[in-house]
Amino acid sequence: MSLWEYANPRKFMALSGAVLPIAAVGTAVAMVVGLVWGFFFTPDDYRQGSTVKIIYIHVPSAMIAINCWLMMLITSLVWLIRRHHVSALAAKAAAPIGATMTVIALLTGAIWGQPMWGTWWAWDPRLTSFLILFLFYLGYMALWAAVENPDTAAELTSVLCIVGSVFAVLSRYALVFWNQGLHQGASLSLDKEENVSDVFYWPLLICIAGFVGLFITLVLLRTRTEVRDRRLKALIARERMA
Amino acid sequence: MMPDLGKYAVEVLSAYAVTLGLVVVLVVVSIRQSVRTRTRLRDIEEAQAARRAPPADTARKETASHG
Repeated sequence: MSLWEYANPRKFMALSGAVLPIAAVGTAVAMVVGLVWGFFFTPDDYRQGSTVKIIYIHVPSAMIAINCWLMMLITSLVWLIRRHHVSALAAKAAAPIGATMTVIALLTGAIWGQPMWGTWWAWDPRLTSFLILFLFYLGYMALWAAVENPDTAAELTSVLCIVGSVFAVLSRYALVFWNQGLHQGASLSLDKEENVSDVFYWPLLICIAGFVGLFITLVLLRTRTEVRDRRLKALIARERMA
Repeated sequence: MMPDLGKYAVEVLSAYAVTLGLVVVLVVVSIRQSVRTRTRLRDIEEAQAARRAPPADTARKETASHG
């Protein structure tokens, strides 16, 4: 069986309909366990105090914000190369999720930054590229809404997605590229010296799993809505022509 | 049960409130759109199916003549 078979809307609807309840339950469990563990049962950091608890929402939301755009890039490329409608609709469905996660990452970062850095905002490479990524999300959604023909909209937004990918990559690697600014390095690392302490690591990992689950669940749900909406518009157009 | 958040209680609680608020809004909006689209699609499919089907008395006559 080929992966491309799921580009068929009927097969996609059948598979996603079966996966959706499992994904929703898994997401709810991981979110509750991770957030409750992180918020109620982890100690304060010796330097950051209780603000360390913001890590459980800031890091997963920032990861989803960046990786959502990469997922949109892949599905946009699939649309441009193979013309599968479901992939274009999946990219469209994912954009509001990515935009929301970017806002969460920016706001929680600012709330954490005020007591720790002494400022809500700095024109730091990572923060700035993240803000630009958010603006790209807004532009992407506005373009989908502005163009009436869905195929033209899919093409234009796919090109915008390719351009915006530069900022998704910059958001992730700004610190490596410029090695300056207020933002610290990655919280999770394979290097034991650089990785967060075990006491924060496990609840953080579960929170990340929860946010990934939330992303998958919402992308499936919203893509199903987009597939139905496309069929609805086709039926209405056919009725008008009859 | 509530952990002692010390002098950063406002920051931590507001970060969680903003996050949960936005996530709840996103989930509710996604579910509402899904339900609305599904209902509209079902209605229009049923309406089109009803138009395509022959009227009940015609169908009965046809069955009788064939029987």
